[in-house]
This record gives sequence, structure tokens and C-alpha cells, in this order.
Amino acid sequence: MISYQESRLMPISLALPAKDRPVHAAIVAQDLVKTYKGGVRALDGLSLSIEPGTIFGLLGPNGAGKSTTVKILTTLTRQTSGAAYVIGFDVARQPERVRHAIGCVAQGSSLDPELTGRENLTLQGQLHGVNRGELRRRVSELLDRFGLDTAANRLVRTYSGGMQRKLDVALGLVHRPQVLFLDEPTTGLDPEARAEMWAQISRLVAEDGVTILLTTHYLEEADKLAKRLAIVDRGRIVIEGSPEELKAGLRGDTIQMELEAPANQELVQGALNAVEGLREITVEGKVVRARADRGAAAAPAALARLEAGDVRVASVTIARPSLDDVYLRCAGRVFIEADKENAA
Amino acid sequence: MTMLEQSWHLTLRNLRFLLRQPWYIGVTLVQPVIWLVLFGALFKNITQIPGFTSPSYIDYLTPGVVIMSALFSSGWLGMGFIEAMDRGVINRFLTSPTSRGALIVGSLAYGGIVTAVQSLIIVGVGVASGARYSSLAGVALLLLVTILISTAFGSFSNAVALLLRKQESLIGAVNFLVLPLAFLSSIFMQQSLMPRWIQVVATYNPVNWAVAAGRAALASGANWHLVAEDSAYLLLLAVVCAWLSTRAFRSYQRSL
Repeated sequence: MISYQESRLMPISLALPAKDRPVHAAIVAQDLVKTYKGGVRALDGLSLSIEPGTIFGLLGPNGAGKSTTVKILTTLTRQTSGAAYVIGFDVARQPERVRHAIGCVAQGSSLDPELTGRENLTLQGQLHGVNRGELRRRVSELLDRFGLDTAANRLVRTYSGGMQRKLDVALGLVHRPQVLFLDEPTTGLDPEARAEMWAQISRLVAEDGVTILLTTHYLEEADKLAKRLAIVDRGRIVIEGSPEELKAGLRGDTIQMELEAPANQELVQGALNAVEGLREITVEGKVVRARADRGAAAAPAALARLEAGDVRVASVTIARPSLDDVYLRCAGRVFIEADKENAA
Repeated sequence: MTMLEQSWHLTLRNLRFLLRQPWYIGVTLVQPVIWLVLFGALFKNITQIPGFTSPSYIDYLTPGVVIMSALFSSGWLGMGFIEAMDRGVINRFLTSPTSRGALIVGSLAYGGIVTAVQSLIIVGVGVASGARYSSLAGVALLLLVTILISTAFGSFSNAVALLLRKQESLIGAVNFLVLPLAFLSSIFMQQSLMPRWIQVVATYNPVNWAVAAGRAALASGANWHLVAEDSAYLLLLAVVCAWLSTRAFRSYQRSL
């Protein structure tokens, strides 16, 4: 008789009692709360559900709760309340099961610098109990796939940042996990290395059917890779959907104006409120943002109004909706500003 | 079986690190030799104190230096965990099916191997300097008790590393303990010749159990009862310390 928990072919949801079955989802989080000593509330009721074989992007500024979510889902730390399941296993009650099924690529590198690339990979496979012959093949395959074959026998401390990051991802894959966690996989990489990493990540889903939870604070990364994404702010998800859905929720174009000097907020608001078709006007220091169905038509009128109010405009840009705008609208603040605020 | 296999792979990982730091191996081996030569010369005349039973001080000192060196090298075992924590390697292990026990055993087994090699070299230098011991079995028993005390102290070091997670804290804790533990034992001076209060403290000092048992095992006409009793206490201590250090992972994970 085959134990259903050990067979990969059986529906994952059977591993749980009927009432808890998170049907057909690779990862489920229900109302996760995490508070740290001193009362810091890192997660404040975060819920999500991820379809198998897809990339799910968790997006947000530093300190929003992305990494805490990953730490709970990868069994590194426990939630204060709420529940989470990875391929049907409860992360708090069945952490061993979860650990066998997942690969984790943490934020920042997690390699042994005094071991070679091959030794790092081999040890990771051995700890996962991959048998010897299979492991040797798998290690060579991964080194090849990530373009590290020629550097395989060099100590990792001689690797560039991009090479180390690729090796990190390879380590997460050595035991052929069903679910892969990528915590800011491209932070600190140069554009070329980032593009290469994106190609590898897309390939994992397309060819290996891996489910990926990707956290990032690059909006364009989530836009490019994720089938669905959620924006996290202050420990909860403020909006979730496909990148297209989220952008479609924003009608029209964004008009951004940079003023020559910070201006009185009410004065600017007052002047722009009178422009027809202009809405969602925000003023932050020298930056004024607004939306309009036809940006090119609304911009000259807005400029004229501001000039009339003696507010000098240094530059104007009109753009199609981006995830930046989604973030601004959902979290009520500009992404970069939130990043700075949390870092402070 | 899995846990033993994981422990073995982690032991090899630690040994690889050591072999790639030849200067560290050099220091680890040269330092005890310096102690042996230095203390051997400095305290040479102790043998003339009435009531000192050993005819040669180098005979007396060698097992003491073996154990003191084991304390130092096992005291730094926790450094491996601190480095691995700082580099995110521990978190990678903890999110894989690696057992916490295997992480501790991998560190202690590595420490044990280093201690055994270091101890044999010190005994060799002692013999070359004129120490005479009756049997190889005695040397083997000295190795055993040395490994037991270094397992206990290495576990303490690992626990401190996991609880405090700072190199400075570990350096402080080890330096604070090693020399007092050494001087409050019969490493340098026969217990019956110590001031009364130190005699009492030494009786409860695990380092003294190891030194007394190791020295008794080397002596001709050894007191096997003492060797067996002290070894049993040391074994118990080592197991308890190792278990407690495994528990220290909880504290570490709560901090994440």
C-alpha cells in the first residue's frame, strides 16, 4: 500500500483532514499574525493562496512583512496566530514534511565561502538525503544550467555577487522541490545578472513546474515574472491580482509634475481641482501626481493653472499606469518613500 | 540513520574548513607545545615540594596540558555556528530536513577529531621531553576523558553561540572560564598541596575530573575505580550539555 503522503501523484489536499483542505493551492496562508518581543507587529493578518506551477509575487517596501512571511512558510519561525500550509502540510505542525518539499533561497547569500560551488551543492543534496549517483548527476546538471560549470571547483569566496546568487538558487533546487521560495533573488545584482536570473526563474516554472513564491521590492520584476501578485504594506496584503488586473484598475494615464520649489499643498490642489478630467491629485514636496483619462490633453491645462497660481513647474511626464501607481493608490504612499520610512 | 549521515556530512564540512586554514592548524598545534615547554620549565621545582608524588614534572604536566588545550580548542567550536549564522548558512540548514541534533553532533564530532589529533601530538612532545608512561591503554583512556570534557565544553560553547549570537560574547565567555577552570584543577598542582578552598572547588570542577582520571590512567598501577567513576560523570555531563545545546536552537529560532 502506498502512503498517500509519500506519493507525489496523489492530490496534495488529501494529506489533510477534510475541514482543513486548502484545495488545489500549493501555498495557503490564513490570517497570519507575527508579533515580536517589544510588541512590533511584523504581520497583521496576512492571507494568500498560490496556485501550483505559478509564480506569485509578494511585493512591498523594506519592512513590510515579506521576509517574515517567507520565514513562517519555510518553517524557520512560527506565526503568533493564524495558519499556513505548504502543499497541504501545516507549517507549524508538520515542519519536517514541509522542509522536504521546499527549496529556500534566502534574502542575501547563504553559502559556505570556504567550500567550492560543487561542494556547497553536494552538501545541500546530502542533507536532503539525495542518493549518491543521482546527486552527482543533479549537481553537474545545475552547475551547467546556471553557467557555473567552469567555476565549480573554485572556492565560493572567489565568486562574483551574481555567481553567488545563481549558486544560491541552484542550492534551493538540488533536491527537486515542488515549491521554491525566492526572497529578493535579484537585490544587489547588476542589470545583466538580473535579466539572466529572470530567465532562469521563468524557466523553472515553464520546464519544471515548480511553484514559486517570489518576494521583491522591484515593481518591474513582479510585473515581468509573476502570474499573480500581492502588495504588502505594514504586515498585510493591500491588494492582490494579476499585474494586468491591478494596472487595469487604474483608469487613464499618470501625470507627474516636478515643481521648481515645494509649494503650498492647498494652493496646488485648489488649482488642479479646477482642471477638467484630472483626479487623484497628490502633492508630496516638489512632486505632484494626478491621473487623467487622456493625459496629453489634461497636462497643458494643468500647467496653465499652476503657472496662473505662480507655481513654477520644472518637468512634466505622462505615463501609462505602472505598478508604482498601483502601490501609491493601495498603500496611500509612494513606494520609495515607504521604503525610506521603514529603513529609518 | 539519516541523522547520523547528516552528522557525518557536517563533520566533513567542518574538517574541510579547518584543512583550508593551515595557519590556524599551525597555531592550534604550536600553542600547546609552547605551554608544555614553558610551564614545564617554570614549575620544574614543584617536584621538590614535600608530598608531591610524581618524580618528574613533565610526567605530571603532560596530561594537564592535553586537557587545557582541549578546553581552548573546544571553547572556540561555537565560532563555527556564529559564522554560519552570520552567513545565513544556519537558516539554510534549518529550512532543509537537517536535524538540529545533526548540526550539534557534526560540530562535536569535528571537535573530538581535532582534540584527539592535538592530544596525541602533545603526548608525543611530552614523551620526547622525557615523560614516561606505562601503557598505550593509559594514553587511550586519557584521549577518551579529554574528548568527553571537550564535548561538554564544546557544547557549552555552541549553546553560548546560539543564545548570544555574537563573537565578542563567545570570546568573553570562553576567556572568562578556561583559565580559572584550569587553575582550579590539578592541571599544574597536585590537589593535596592546594589551599583548602581550592581543593574543595576542584572536587566539583569537571576539568579536574578529567585531569585526575587521565593522569590516573597513565600511572602505573592505575586506580581504575577512579578512572571509571570520573569517566562516567564526564560522559553524563557531555550528554547533558550536548542535549542542552540542541535545545538552544529554539532560542535562536525565536529570535528570527
